[in-house]
Amino acid sequence: MASLVGSRVERKEDKRFLTGKGRYTADINLANQTYAIFVRSPHARASIKKLNIDKALKSSGVVSILTGKEIADDKIGGLIAGWAIRSEDGTEMKCPGNPPLAKDNVNFVGDPVAVVIAESLAEAKEAAEKVEVDYKVLKAVTSTADAMNGDTIHEGIDKNLCFDWLLGDRQKVKEAFDKADKVISIDIINNRLIPNAMEPRACVADYNAASEEITLYTTSQNPHLSRLIMSAFGNVAPEHKLRVVAPDVGGGFGSKINVYNEDIVCSWAAKKINRAIKWVAERSESFLTDIHGRDHVTHAELAVTKDGKFLGFKNETIANLGAYARVFGTVTPTYLFGPCATGVYEIPAAYTNVKAVYTNTAPVDAYRGAGRPEATYTIERLVEKASMELGIDKTELRIKNFPTAFPFKQTLVHTVDSGDYVAGMEKAKQMADYKGFEARRKESEAKGKLRGIGVTSYFEACGIAPSAAVMSLGCGVGLWESAEVRFNPTGQVTVYTGSHSHGQSHQTTFAQIAADELGVPIENIDIVHGDTDKGTFGMGTYGSRSLAVGGIAIVNACKKIVEKGKRVTAKMLEANPEDVEFKDGEFIVSKSNKKKTIGEVAFACYLPGVRDEMKSPLPEGDEPGLKETSFYDPSNFSFPAGTHIAEVEIDPETGHVKLEKYTACDDFGRIINPMVVEGQVHGGLAQGIGQALYENAEYDETGQLMTGSYMDYTMPRADNFPEFNIGYTCTHATTNPLGVKGCGEAGAIAAPPTVMNAVIDALGGQEVTMPATAEKVWKACKNLKKSNAKAA
Amino acid sequence: MGKISLEVNGRKVEKEAPDNTLLSTFLREHLQLTGTHIGCDTSQCGACVVHVDGNSLKSCTTLAADVNGSKVTTIEGLETNGKMHPMQEAFKKLHGLQCGFCTPGMVMSAIDLLQKNKKPSDTEIRDWLEGNICRCTGYQNIVAAVKEAATKM
Repeated sequence: MASLVGSRVERKEDKRFLTGKGRYTADINLANQTYAIFVRSPHARASIKKLNIDKALKSSGVVSILTGKEIADDKIGGLIAGWAIRSEDGTEMKCPGNPPLAKDNVNFVGDPVAVVIAESLAEAKEAAEKVEVDYKVLKAVTSTADAMNGDTIHEGIDKNLCFDWLLGDRQKVKEAFDKADKVISIDIINNRLIPNAMEPRACVADYNAASEEITLYTTSQNPHLSRLIMSAFGNVAPEHKLRVVAPDVGGGFGSKINVYNEDIVCSWAAKKINRAIKWVAERSESFLTDIHGRDHVTHAELAVTKDGKFLGFKNETIANLGAYARVFGTVTPTYLFGPCATGVYEIPAAYTNVKAVYTNTAPVDAYRGAGRPEATYTIERLVEKASMELGIDKTELRIKNFPTAFPFKQTLVHTVDSGDYVAGMEKAKQMADYKGFEARRKESEAKGKLRGIGVTSYFEACGIAPSAAVMSLGCGVGLWESAEVRFNPTGQVTVYTGSHSHGQSHQTTFAQIAADELGVPIENIDIVHGDTDKGTFGMGTYGSRSLAVGGIAIVNACKKIVEKGKRVTAKMLEANPEDVEFKDGEFIVSKSNKKKTIGEVAFACYLPGVRDEMKSPLPEGDEPGLKETSFYDPSNFSFPAGTHIAEVEIDPETGHVKLEKYTACDDFGRIINPMVVEGQVHGGLAQGIGQALYENAEYDETGQLMTGSYMDYTMPRADNFPEFNIGYTCTHATTNPLGVKGCGEAGAIAAPPTVMNAVIDALGGQEVTMPATAEKVWKACKNLKKSNAKAA
Repeated sequence: MGKISLEVNGRKVEKEAPDNTLLSTFLREHLQLTGTHIGCDTSQCGACVVHVDGNSLKSCTTLAADVNGSKVTTIEGLETNGKMHPMQEAFKKLHGLQCGFCTPGMVMSAIDLLQKNKKPSDTEIRDWLEGNICRCTGYQNIVAAVKEAATKM
């Protein structure tokens, strides 16, 4: 049987999506359902003086209006930060309460203060207009850089500082800098982004009074985790009385990891009114209330020798958490950021210091890449600047500082098990025709255009997150994954995974893995996910973990099935289990060459005696049935890596940046389905290039979101991109049996510095902040003209 | 309230609906054709594209009453005898979709392109699809799928 792992298998999920049969949360309508509209704060910071719902209650079709008072009375808990971070001085991080409906204070535009539930959506909207809220508007804090100097947002949280965290050794870094021939320094803004999954968030909550169960359909990347948080911290219902279903989900990119106010409020309210409640975000609500990403202000320095050896690195960052710390809010700018700060280089001394601040803006949390794009942007912009200042070729300078052997013990935390960074660099250069660049630059010059080339070598820590590693860092819970492999008596297989697909293709790639492990045709394997009533507790999808953690759990459960199959076959064929081999779906007794198919074994496990002689095929100690579970907790992160190269052409008359070429050469370890991996790379690149050239979330000084629609926030479109040139090198991960590393975030991590290095190269080294809009670039072109004229 | 009469996917339908009912709402809520998606409410993202009398149109900013009497085709109406349309087949073959949310609008829009331009260049495809946002694919495989479909239609 040909192996499916490594093959371009068309997706099992596609037909329903292509024929309009996908079932997203907004497509779900329940009998007798009501509709919810949230009344939200129009102010970034205010105290609520009075909230009057009398008029609204009289509005046609209103079923109920609930406010922060009822939430508090019912002791419904708030949203939480999932990771505990300690400051450099040993103090615990400081997190404010975050009730699902604000009672006394609102802290960003969009913070909900009441929910209006009515018979129809139109009636709910009309009644919501009649809710009267009297606010005392307070001065908002919106600037990341100045947040520590602003008014105190949350009582008792001095300087709006959640924590002041350090990773690394300041003294060693000082010594390294003292020895340096040269110090390269850079100031960077990592622009705030809005994830913008195309499916707006939604939820439908239902209450069954007979079973006393709440069912919540929601747009989640991790339904089990949502249930846990809503139960343990939200006090919505005990876990066995709360079912969370994340059906087809239209993209997540991190924004659907969190449990949101609306999930908690609708679940709680459905029980209160004993009816189903449907809520679907309008896009403007998504802009205001989905978590945002990035938003760092960084000063970084690199100490180098004159021949280009890196000696030391320091990174001082202010990270904006927004109004509240949410699930991955505190870990994203710390443990997902700091350990990757030194990039793919051997740097003997380093530290990263992060001050995480609250502002009156939407909460900032994990967005595709989460911490690693910010880390990579800093080190790769710095290395590129170093190559300019030292006059050393940008690829040579990188190679000079790559690790020479693996495992590679990084400066700060990680031990990278495998990789070949030089091979990746050489292949990328070849793919991009790096040598031919100067000729192309001259061609552009002849047309009056400026051409630049940019390089990034990156690595990322994926497969989030091994318990042992997480606990040794003292920052929270480990994130294993579960799988249950269940044979039907007639030989088909259902695989339950705790992971969740919202575009990642689990139904196909996980089935490829199980098909190979079990020797069962792929069409006889179903992958089930996204429902807490089906399958075992699982952690969900983020941090490029689905395959590297969830996929391995499937492998391990399949291996347990095979082991049991061997024992059963041995009993059936009167052989020793040690003499039974398994290959391509058949158990073969090596000495006699007698065999049983895995289907026959499954049948025998469930219905002993029906087909064979009337005696049990089950060995002593084995129970009937054929079903195995695995909880896989990886021993280490996985470490994808690669080199990307971009070329841009700038029209100095207009400042327009045209991305001419983009080359990505990545090492993802073993690839399960090259078609799917290619799609993941393309999508990540589009988001990374979007950050570099187009996207930016902007608040004004009063805390109003200035980029709150697709007419103001530039989403990358089809005509913004060239055809991407994608290639791979491959070193297998040594820490998991498939040798896989993860591929979902690579593009979003590597593309911003790659493109910006190219833009800045074209601009003769002038710094431009992301996104490199025509206006900023045009101004830089004017400066360039002036300085060139002076030089002449 | 007014009477909306349409031919949707070859089937005549007649329903009472409030005058301000959007075509997207009429399809999704009144006819339960939930394959047409709402991604932005402002005519920007294109998840709601359907065909009205053969031309692509964003249904989230069109009143159902305004297209009264028209023939409407949605993503649910593309299959013939259980066989997918060549554009649907091409999207599957070339991985032109991931989460599937923008896909119905993208497919409907792409089919209209090929009705108007049988052999579009890459640039023409990218320009045409400028009104359909996809956050997952980076568009490359969508462009490839449209080219593939052009050879089959």
